[in-house]
Amino acid sequence: MADLHKLTIAELSEKLAVGECTSVEIVNDVLAAIDATDGKVGAYLTIDRSSALEQARAADAARAAGKKNPMLGIPVAIKDLLNVKGQSCTCASKILEGYVAPYDATVIAKLRAAGAVLLGRVNMDEFAMGSSTENSALGQTRNPWNLGHVPGGSSGGSAASVASDEAIASLGSDTGGSIRQPAAFCGCVGVKPTYGRVSRYGLTAFASSLDQIGPITKTVKDSAILLEAICGHDKLDSSSIEMDVPAFGKNLTGETSLVGMKLGLPKEYFVEGMDPEVEKAVRDAVAHCKSLGAEIVEVSLPNSKYAIAVYYIIATAEASANLARFDGIRYGLRVDGKDPIELYGKTRAAGFGSEVKRRIILGTYVLSSGYYDAYYLKAQKVRTLIRDDFTAAFKQCDAILAPVTPTAAYKLGEKTDDPLKMYLDDILTTPVNLAGNCALSLPCGFSSGGLPIGLQIIGDAFAEETILKVGHAYEQTTEWHTRKPEIS
Amino acid sequence: MKYEATIGLETHIMQKTNTKMFCACKYEYGAEPNTHVCPVCLGYPGALPVMNEKAIELCCKAGLLLGCEINPYSKWDRKNYFYPDMAKNYQITQADQPLCLGGQVAVEVDGEMKTFTLERIHQEENAAKNTHVAGASLVDYNRAGTALMEIVSNPCMHSAADALAYLTALKQIMEYGGISDCNPEKGQIRSDVNVSVRPVGQEKLGSKVEIKNMNSFAFIQQAIEYEIDRQIEVLESGGKVVQETRGFDSDRGETFSQRTKENAHDYRYFPEPDLMPVKISAEQIGQWRSELPELPVQRRERYVKELGLPEYDAGVLTADMATSDWFERVMVHTRNAKAVSNFIMGEMMRLLSEHGLSIAESKVTPEKLAEIIALIDAKTISTGAGKQVFEIIFNEGGDPKQIVEEKGMAQVSDDSALEGWADEAIASNPKPVEEYKAGNAASINFLMGQVMKASRGKANPGAVMQMLKQKLDG
Ligand SMILES: [Zn+2]
Repeated sequence: MADLHKLTIAELSEKLAVGECTSVEIVNDVLAAIDATDGKVGAYLTIDRSSALEQARAADAARAAGKKNPMLGIPVAIKDLLNVKGQSCTCASKILEGYVAPYDATVIAKLRAAGAVLLGRVNMDEFAMGSSTENSALGQTRNPWNLGHVPGGSSGGSAASVASDEAIASLGSDTGGSIRQPAAFCGCVGVKPTYGRVSRYGLTAFASSLDQIGPITKTVKDSAILLEAICGHDKLDSSSIEMDVPAFGKNLTGETSLVGMKLGLPKEYFVEGMDPEVEKAVRDAVAHCKSLGAEIVEVSLPNSKYAIAVYYIIATAEASANLARFDGIRYGLRVDGKDPIELYGKTRAAGFGSEVKRRIILGTYVLSSGYYDAYYLKAQKVRTLIRDDFTAAFKQCDAILAPVTPTAAYKLGEKTDDPLKMYLDDILTTPVNLAGNCALSLPCGFSSGGLPIGLQIIGDAFAEETILKVGHAYEQTTEWHTRKPEIS
Repeated sequence: MKYEATIGLETHIMQKTNTKMFCACKYEYGAEPNTHVCPVCLGYPGALPVMNEKAIELCCKAGLLLGCEINPYSKWDRKNYFYPDMAKNYQITQADQPLCLGGQVAVEVDGEMKTFTLERIHQEENAAKNTHVAGASLVDYNRAGTALMEIVSNPCMHSAADALAYLTALKQIMEYGGISDCNPEKGQIRSDVNVSVRPVGQEKLGSKVEIKNMNSFAFIQQAIEYEIDRQIEVLESGGKVVQETRGFDSDRGETFSQRTKENAHDYRYFPEPDLMPVKISAEQIGQWRSELPELPVQRRERYVKELGLPEYDAGVLTADMATSDWFERVMVHTRNAKAVSNFIMGEMMRLLSEHGLSIAESKVTPEKLAEIIALIDAKTISTGAGKQVFEIIFNEGGDPKQIVEEKGMAQVSDDSALEGWADEAIASNPKPVEEYKAGNAASINFLMGQVMKASRGKANPGAVMQMLKQKLDG
């Protein structure tokens, strides 16, 4: 075993290009790693070994025939809410039992076109509702850095697979922090792209106005490469923006200077209840950026404190309609009843987990006649204020530095009995989804307990290049991202 | 006490688009169930709607034809309800910002011109078709997601006759405008009818009853008449009309209660996050306006003013778009509008109804009718012979000139032949000749008849008359 699974997209891409390894060898190493550790980590829900090897062989053949692409032959783990033709797409829910996707999500079609290998499907919170992957109805995923702790969520399987070298890279989705938070908990890099940057076609919707698909990888450079592969206008998604895709990957050239860069530090983002170790790691990272030449300015995002309230109104409202289609009529689980209404009730009662039910009920309530103005409409107004805060802040700086979460990964089961407590952990990530701009999470330290701590770099709308540049400079001059967990 | 009924209609019209409202599936009436479906119209996880631009154009053109104001900014909303006819369990529609506002339909009801005003027209997607069989319900999603617009009238009608006239005019305008085929049997035009009754003189409207989802205009008329009588009866007997939704049982000709106000749905409308708002520029509206076809009323006026047709003829020809279009196609080849009109209203309509055919199926094409008329105008054949040619072609097909030749139907205008027949008629009928010369002008008709008889109807009557007069007067 050549330990190819421990390498990055950029490293493997170079090796593949010069013939130092083949895609089949990479896939074999990754499958061996999965065999060795996934029994403990539990990142994967399904792996199609023969298909993965077949895709790898096809990638090697394409390379021999002259095809070039940084993603060619690279195995990627896919969050189980993206439709991949011919595969199940469970969303970690019992209600999608037996559903086989009849089509490819746009990002999957793009990965196929680039020649990436679709390795398998990774675990998540049911319908992406949760922050610890404990809401999966199909299995438990553990944090590779400490198996007694959560990997974060909802893209917990994505982050855990990458952190444990069971995948070279992974696709996740971020509605309120679901890429950035698990990336931070597992010591990975994750990007929540600007709303409209990546097509949502084929992403099982949680909250349509907030959802974005993004990469979870081992380095900033890898995130840039994978992001570039999945970006671009898609006429199948009306919210997708018609805009050229920058050469995100190529543009990161090892530059470590941040001279001329103004970085904002929001005074409201070191919240009450924040773990002092997290605060210290982030403040150290800010100082480090300053040492690289960046100018640090204080900015204010005063309305972010309402983000949790606003988020849990808008997201649940949209979810209540988005999840209405899971009714047992056309696909998935069906529990029969004497009429359609009883069939719906029984099917949904049996198929959805308690967190999903809680959010559907909440969303239904806030849209109800007589409550709409007080909740949904008010939330939309505050959402505008939150967005305005960011617009004002980005007049003063190029990017914003902040923590990703108030604490490092907590213990399994620690917050499952208190949903509100878990919701509050999203305080630092949800404002970005509500505003629609982009953000990146990367490792900036470790707690005394040995768990990773994440730094959040928030950019303006369509300023992915800026946050990738800052992250890349930071990463080039620190060693956090090179550490590997010992899985035991 | 005297009562007055107030009626408003919500009419759903399926537009003539190639593809469905939010996906690329085709719609084909009568196709094998569930063959025109895709992840979008089946509500599969992850599928997203994409707006059909053609539907927006047709909806706005319908609005322009009805005198609506086109909203420069309109948006989409989700209407939430659980039922197997709606794959996503929400319908994408327009709640508070529809495409078209206002508008009206002007129409004659029992000899009186009335104007019925509209509240709005909005665009939405159609539901699937449910069929209930023994012990099961079947859903055909072919119709699911097809483009459907809803024309909402104000509560401005007062009788079943009003509603029928309104619907007939609306249907005619939609057909002429190329917006929809409006075939009620195919469910392309369906209406929900709101009926309330109040004592004459009372300002406040009575409790509203909605009768849902009716295709047939005859049933709509029956349902309204029944409902008005029922509500008056309730009020007369001291009761209160319950605000509710009712269905119409066409077998019994009665409405029946379906759902009361207390059990009304809360549709929980909210803005559709998967679609961008629709913005329509003044230039776009101008462009669409310039492409609008002529409406029946305008055509009728043109037939009278420019073609010199009687009002009656113009009305008959424009009553139905296929007939009017056929007429127009004949007029490309001839200038004799009245002759064309006579043929259509006479021979054509008689033969079509005898054979149960539509004008499109007639073997007499517009070109052939124009040719027949040209033969009559050139006096090659008589009008009577022209009608015979028409009928022959209608039944057997064929070329007018060839038929005239083969059947020897051409008129004789040749002087020497006419002269022989005229001389013979004068020689063998001294009495009428005497009478004519004595001043009885009508007697010449007898001689004329003799000539026509001798020529077996082929003599040109004008030429015969001239010849006879010349000989007798001279
Ligand atoms: Zn479709």
